Amino acid sequence: MRLTIGPLQYFWPREQVIAFYRAAAQWPVDVIYLGETVCSKRRELTTRDWLALAAEVAASGREVVLSSLALLEAESELASLTRLVENGRFLVEANDISAVQMLRSRGLPFVGGPSLNVYNDAALRLLQEDGLRRLVLSVEQSRGAVAEFRAGCTALPELEIPVWGRLPLAYSARCFTARALDLAKDDCGFRCIQYPDGLPLATRDGQPFLTINGIQVQTAGRCDLGPELADLRAAGIDLVRLYPQAASMAEVVARFRAALDGGPPLARVGEENGYWYGRPGMQQVTA
Amino acid sequence: MQLVCPAGSPPALRTAIDHGADAVYVGFRDQTNARAFPGLNFTEADLQAGIAYAHARGRQVYVALNTYPNPAGLAAWRAAVDRAAALCVDAVICADLGVLDYAARRHPNLPRHLSVQGSGTTHVALRYYVERFGIARAVIPRVLSVQQVERLCEQRVVPIEVFAFGSLCIMVEGRCQLSSYVTGESPNRHGVCSPAKFVRWDEEPDGARRVSLNGQLIDRFGPAEPAGYPTVCKGRYAVGGEIFHALEEPTSLNTLDLLPRLQAAGVAALKIEGRQRGQAYVGAVTRIWRRAMDRLAAGPWTSEAQWQRELVRLAEGHQTTLGPYHRSWH
Repeated sequence: MRLTIGPLQYFWPREQVIAFYRAAAQWPVDVIYLGETVCSKRRELTTRDWLALAAEVAASGREVVLSSLALLEAESELASLTRLVENGRFLVEANDISAVQMLRSRGLPFVGGPSLNVYNDAALRLLQEDGLRRLVLSVEQSRGAVAEFRAGCTALPELEIPVWGRLPLAYSARCFTARALDLAKDDCGFRCIQYPDGLPLATRDGQPFLTINGIQVQTAGRCDLGPELADLRAAGIDLVRLYPQAASMAEVVARFRAALDGGPPLARVGEENGYWYGRPGMQQVTA
Repeated sequence: MQLVCPAGSPPALRTAIDHGADAVYVGFRDQTNARAFPGLNFTEADLQAGIAYAHARGRQVYVALNTYPNPAGLAAWRAAVDRAAALCVDAVICADLGVLDYAARRHPNLPRHLSVQGSGTTHVALRYYVERFGIARAVIPRVLSVQQVERLCEQRVVPIEVFAFGSLCIMVEGRCQLSSYVTGESPNRHGVCSPAKFVRWDEEPDGARRVSLNGQLIDRFGPAEPAGYPTVCKGRYAVGGEIFHALEEPTSLNTLDLLPRLQAAGVAALKIEGRQRGQAYVGAVTRIWRRAMDRLAAGPWTSEAQWQRELVRLAEGHQTTLGPYHRSWH
């Protein structure tokens, strides 16, 4: 299985983003996804900046994929998406049907992102006709669903699954970070930049429950399928995805790399793995 | 502009027709639709009778087949499309690419509407569904401002249906896993959000009530405080040391004030949410919107305070919002 760095979901200062990807280009990973997937108002890096960074990372020999926005509302967002699609060099991760349409109408191959709804082999085949070469499974897909895909498809594309990090659960027109800070979204002051790993949300009795990240809601705990890597391999998963976090990402990469290279099975570090077992995502299942 | 009303039962369907719905949308009694609640929805015989009732009065019936089947479930969803076609429904409302494709190939003359669960928010996305599956209409997620709805209509890719009234999903429909994160059951796969079987109410010694979903505390209500249904997005949580409705309050969408603007934009149909609600709700909401739309068609538009009062009474949490249509909500 190959190791990938998923798109950065948070809003970090420009220098931090650039430093992160310059470091990532030296990490023992196979694929690096770059680009803004959450909020088009986040402009520490413009589309042009992301493309330049992509070229820099690609020079290290890593495969680079440009990730697109999950929720599109404005014409300006479609214009940015067009620039991404027409980059002329890198594969695009389509996180919305708008991106699929742009890519298929230009005859370009693409990666299907986790916010596309691909729940069965018929949907997958149609997207393969459109140019899908790799599918990142949506967060709630289980081991059972992967087996069903395999049984139903004669020519499966590459399958990728998130194995580390806070998973995206929902997207809204509303910015929950702005709401929490009592700010209007149109005048948000880009305050999500103050929460490099999102803003924690707890139940009224103090249990960590969700993470707020602008217009996105994430899991509170970190998904960790490290101990399940052998199971993932047996299920036919081709790539495993690590979602960026503000600190200690190099160590996360090193742990997964060692396990993929034949090291001992990983101990559980993250809090959640329920989806893989067909259970509520927030649960931790011990195999 | 058409008025499309919900029905979770045969009496609700007849009530909606009697009170002036142009079309009623319903679901089969299984997981093929996004309101797969116990005791709700239509058997084939129910639906046949409902369609006869509607067609005799020149109205339409749409069947929602808008959940996403796993591979093993595809056959059941395809069979549901066949059943709907055999019953001569006026349209099927679908989200899954595989289900849309099947309907388009097998029943090319059966109109296909893109469900709100299909998350189509741009003219480019809608173009995909038109080119791929020949959809005749698209129901738009509750994320666009009224200006964005106007621009989408101007593109004329496909006739647009928007939500006018009812419980407000605040996440992009089809892209929300909050329910499955907590319960393992999701609107996309199971046709349910925060299912009732996972809800537990506990009373505290002081009369306060705690409501949890699969063991997660969603809210706590004081003895005199009105308590709402514990959907994950409408609970009270602690963020940054404060406890509040961090995602959204219990509230309903109400676009009555936008009615002339939606008409002028060229919106093809207005949708009322609430297949899970009773006959009284369906009757009252349909009657008010029918009157409002008839008045709009007849001449200069004025709203009536009584309509608003009644809609607020029928709303979740007895409050309404313009929701995403208005920028201040975002």
